[in-house]
Amino acid sequence: MRALDFAYMWDLVPVLLGYVPLTLFMALVGMFFALILASVMAVERVFRVPVLDVFVRLFISFFRGTPLLVQLFLFYFGLPQVLAFLTTIDGVTATIMGLTLHFSAYMAESIRAAILGVDRSQWEAAQAVGMTQTQMMLQIILPQAARVAAPTLVNYFIDMIKGTSLAFTLGVTELMGATQKEAAGSFLYFEAFLVVAAIYWIMVEALSFAQRHLETYLNKAYAR
Amino acid sequence: MTSHAGISINGLNKSFGETSVLKDISLDIAPGERVVVIGPSGTGKSTLLRCLNYLDRPDSGTIRVGDLTVNPAKASRSDILALRRRTSFVFQNYALFANKTARQNITQALITVKGQSKADAQARADEILRETGLADKADSYPAALSGGQQQRVGIGRAMALDADLMLFDEPTSALDPEWVGEVLDLMRRVAEKRQTMLIVTHEMQFAREIADRIIFMSDGQIVEQGTPEKLLETPEDPRTQAFLRRVAKTGS
Ligand SMILES: Nc1ncnc2c1ncn2[C@@H]1O[C@H](COP(=O)(O)OP(=O)(O)OP(=O)(O)O)[C@@H](O)[C@H]1O
Ligand SMILES: [Mg+2]
Repeated sequence: MRALDFAYMWDLVPVLLGYVPLTLFMALVGMFFALILASVMAVERVFRVPVLDVFVRLFISFFRGTPLLVQLFLFYFGLPQVLAFLTTIDGVTATIMGLTLHFSAYMAESIRAAILGVDRSQWEAAQAVGMTQTQMMLQIILPQAARVAAPTLVNYFIDMIKGTSLAFTLGVTELMGATQKEAAGSFLYFEAFLVVAAIYWIMVEALSFAQRHLETYLNKAYAR
Repeated sequence: MTSHAGISINGLNKSFGETSVLKDISLDIAPGERVVVIGPSGTGKSTLLRCLNYLDRPDSGTIRVGDLTVNPAKASRSDILALRRRTSFVFQNYALFANKTARQNITQALITVKGQSKADAQARADEILRETGLADKADSYPAALSGGQQQRVGIGRAMALDADLMLFDEPTSALDPEWVGEVLDLMRRVAEKRQTMLIVTHEMQFAREIADRIIFMSDGQIVEQGTPEKLLETPEDPRTQAFLRRVAKTGS
C-alpha cells in the first residue's frame, strides 16, 4: 500500500478536462447521425418496405451482433484497404462512424417498439383528417414515440460517451488516450485512471439529471 | 358554409377473412341530409363508416362524393387522400392527438392538410372552440380534459375540416352519462347548419329529433329505412321491430 498522490491528481484534473470537449464532440455528432439513421430504419421496419427491409434487418443484426471495437477496427484499418479513394481515415472520423452505426442499430429497435406502442386511434385519427403518411409520422406518431423512447435513447447516449474511449485504440488522443499518456509518464496509473473515471462519472451523472428534466418536459402533455 | 356535394355509395362489400361484414350496401345521401344508422351490435355499422373514408378498404363498390369517385379496384393513394379530405370522422373513443393541445388538435389538419396559414387556422380554431364552449380549454392537452370535453374537441376538429360528409361512430357511447348531454347538444348545433351527417348511435330520442332519415342495418345489410316517424313507429321488417322492442326495454 502507498498513499494516493492527491497533488498529482489535482494537477491532472485541468489537463484531462481539456479533452472533454473532444469526447463530447464525438458523442454528440455520433448521436445526431445515429438518431436520424435510427429513426429512418425504425420507420422502415414498421412499414416493412420490400427489399429495403432485408437490408435494414441485416444492418441491425450485424451492428448489434458484433463488438463495437471490432467495428471500429474494421472502419479504421479495414476501409482504407478496400476503398481506393480513402487512402487513410482519421481516428475521430472512424470513431464517430462506428458509434453512429453501432448505436443506430440499437436505437432503431427502441424507436420501432415505441412507434408500435402508439395507440391505434392516433394513426386512424391522423388518417381520417387526411394527413399523408409522412405528415402522420412527423406530426403525430414520432413525437409520441419519442416520449416513450427518450429514456432509453439517453441511456444509449450515455453508453456512447463511454464508448468514445475506444477511440484511444485508434490512436486518437482523447480523454482516455491522454490519461494513458499522462500515466505512462508519471507511473501513477491508479491516480490517473481514478481521475478519468471520475470525469466520465460526473458527465454521466449530469446527463442523468438532464434526463429526468427531459422526461418531465416530454410528459407535460400527458399530465392530468 | 360553402355548398356541399352529395354522397353516393354503390354496391359496397367488405369481408374480414371469411366473414362478410358489409353486403352490397348502396346508399345516397343528399347535401345537408342528416342520416342516422341504427342496428344490433356486430352488424357492420362501424365498418360502413370506416369504409367511407377508407380506414377500412372496401373489397368492392364505389363511393362518390361530388365529382370524386373512389373504387377499391383502382383507388390510388391520392384518391384515398382526396376522399378523406372530403369526409371527417368523429370517433367513439375521441382519438384526439395526445401530443397536441385542444387548439392544435383543430389547427393541425387545417395547416398540414389544407395548407392554411397558422394565423388563419388559429382564428378558425378559436372560433370553433368558442362554439363548442371550450374557449378556456384551448391550451389544455387531451389528458387534462373530461370525456365530454374531449369529444367536443373531436367534433370541433371534424367541423373545422368543412367536409362534404361528417361521420359519427357512436360519439357518446364511451362517455359517462353526465357528459352525453353536452355532446348531443353540440351535434344538434352542427345539424342545424345543415351539415351532411351520417351518425351511428344508440340514442333513439336524439335520432328521432335530428334525423331526416333513419337506416336500420342488420347483418351487413340495410334492412329498412325511412323518416324517424315511419321507421320508429311503423317498422315493416320483423328484424327492425324486434330490435326496436329490445332497445325500448333496455333504453328506459
Ligand atoms: N379489423 C377487423 N378484423 C376482423 N373482424 C372485424 C374487424 N373489424 C370488425 N370486424 C367484425 O366485423 C363485424 C362488424 O363489426 P362492426 O364494428 O362494423 O359492427 P358494429 O355494427 O359497429 O357493432 P357495434 O354496435 O358493437 O359497434 C363484427 O363481427 C366484427 O367482429
Ligand atoms: Mg361500432
